[in-house]
Amino acid sequence: MKEFTYTITDPLGVHARPAGMLVKEAGKFTSKITLSKDGKSGDAKRIFAVMGLGVKCGETLTVTAEGEDEEAAAAALEEFLKNNL
Amino acid sequence: MLTYQGKSVFGGIAIGKIRVYRKNAQTVKRVRVEDPQREMERFLAAKETAAAQLKSLYDKACREVGEDNAAIFEIHQMMLDDADYLESIENIIKNQSLGAEYAVAATGENFAQMFASMDDAYMQARAADVKDISERLLRILSGREEEQDGGGEPMILAAEDLAPSETVQLDKSKVLAFVTVKGSANSHTAILARTMNIPAIIGADLPLTDESDGKTAVVDGFSGKIYVDPEPELLKEMQARLAQEKEKKRLLQTLKGKENVTLDGKRIQVYANIGNSRDLALVLSNDAGGIGLFRSEFLYLERDTFPTEEEQFVIYKQVAETMAGKKVIIRTLDIGADKQADYFGLAHEENPAMGLRAIRLCLTRPEIFKTQLRALFRAAAFGNLSVMYPMITSVAEMRKIQAVVQQVTEELTADGVPFMVPEQGIMIETPAAVMISDLLAKEAAFFSIGTNDLSQYTMAIDRQNPSLDDFFEPHSEAVLRMIQMTVENGHKEGIWVGICGELGADLDLTQTFLKMGVDELSVSPGRVLPLRQVIRQTDTRKL
Repeated sequence: MKEFTYTITDPLGVHARPAGMLVKEAGKFTSKITLSKDGKSGDAKRIFAVMGLGVKCGETLTVTAEGEDEEAAAAALEEFLKNNL
Repeated sequence: MLTYQGKSVFGGIAIGKIRVYRKNAQTVKRVRVEDPQREMERFLAAKETAAAQLKSLYDKACREVGEDNAAIFEIHQMMLDDADYLESIENIIKNQSLGAEYAVAATGENFAQMFASMDDAYMQARAADVKDISERLLRILSGREEEQDGGGEPMILAAEDLAPSETVQLDKSKVLAFVTVKGSANSHTAILARTMNIPAIIGADLPLTDESDGKTAVVDGFSGKIYVDPEPELLKEMQARLAQEKEKKRLLQTLKGKENVTLDGKRIQVYANIGNSRDLALVLSNDAGGIGLFRSEFLYLERDTFPTEEEQFVIYKQVAETMAGKKVIIRTLDIGADKQADYFGLAHEENPAMGLRAIRLCLTRPEIFKTQLRALFRAAAFGNLSVMYPMITSVAEMRKIQAVVQQVTEELTADGVPFMVPEQGIMIETPAAVMISDLLAKEAAFFSIGTNDLSQYTMAIDRQNPSLDDFFEPHSEAVLRMIQMTVENGHKEGIWVGICGELGADLDLTQTFLKMGVDELSVSPGRVLPLRQVIRQTDTRKL
């Protein structure tokens, strides 16, 4: 299992558009990818789950990837978050 | 005549008949089904049709309002494909043997509720997106057609609320204005109305009854007012304003995207002055080359406490990003005894124009100044931002400012947040600054001449005092020489010099300024194109 944390810098937080892009990015991998914040967690491949976490600017997300391509998935998501959120 | 009030989301005047838009009432019964498998197939077929519709809506929106605004329909497609959403529908159909319509309606309601209960206005507004996709599915399941615009003459569209898909589907040539009873400034309808340049009012108290339907009305998108059955006098006034707007649109069509260049090839920048981030749409719709004066006071007024660094940062960043690489010059706080909020706790002054205001206040209360500079420097990392300081009268003040800038830079570096020290300029608005402009030019990256204060201080005329009107010369030779001197001294040090006061928009002086070699004029957004027209007709060799 791969795990990393990321603090959101986008002032709008995880709003609709980047949430959609994140779901698409996560969908490229077979690993199970989970986002969690303050004890709540959601499947990164499901848009309602991602938006439902209500992650705001300055809050920290924990991302875990588990599966065959977990290395690549974690790296890709970290890169995505840095570039978009 | 009846007058109603709402909140303006996009300015403009519209005159025409009201059409009350009604959604088909979606009453869904909780019916048991014999064959859940068949019901599931019905749902999957409807889902496929919905996906195809959303795809074509996305394409239509891309063409009409651009990819960024169209993205919402891509999100709708993803919501429609969301595993949680689908599992919930499937569960209701298969495990409870209930009809597809009920499963969709109940699931949609649950997910909308989830958004509605979140503690953030943006997320709450997303409940409308979930309802939009569920209603689409219900419409398809029930075999009803989507409501289309029924031809005929262009109308003022009045609705309870409009879902983004409804807004995009409307034939824009048939819509004069949008008026909705609900809706937030965050709603996609508000955003789309702005992009489509259609006057729009939300939160209006207009009754959506048969009474209103078909009545003649005037929508004033600037003030947020709706006049039903307008009186002849008002109608005449509004028709005149509408004609002005059309003239502006005509100018826009012929001049938009054109350069601000004279017949003999002299170039000048034409930027816009704004006092609130809400005016950004006006800056863009009038094709200004940048923002030459962004008054930051609005952040401080009409509130009870100082705006935090974060609050300021979010707004400055939004402005910088919206302008997408175009120059944005933000003037640091210009507040004083005449224009202040109580929480500043400023003492009453006999002569506030010459009192503790602008940079004097900022240097006296560095904690206020530092918070603003931190927010500005952080936002500068996201666009082409510049900062300018108001009411400068000496080189010593610039040195003091630089000491604060140095502190802020060190603190931000220590905090490890991304930032950039932006280009810093001086507002030349005191005779003192003009007289030492040769010295100040060594301390700044640019000058922007604030002609309102400069005129008042040069002529010793209080512009608020009407009994002095006879003594006020709008084109005072004294002020014009001050401008000339500032331009010459600026150019000697190789910095650019602009004008951001009212004189800059005075078309009778445009040629004078071109001749002086002024590099930039910053005017209210509506004056950008008329100014461009004069510039393009001028030949400075013949002046």
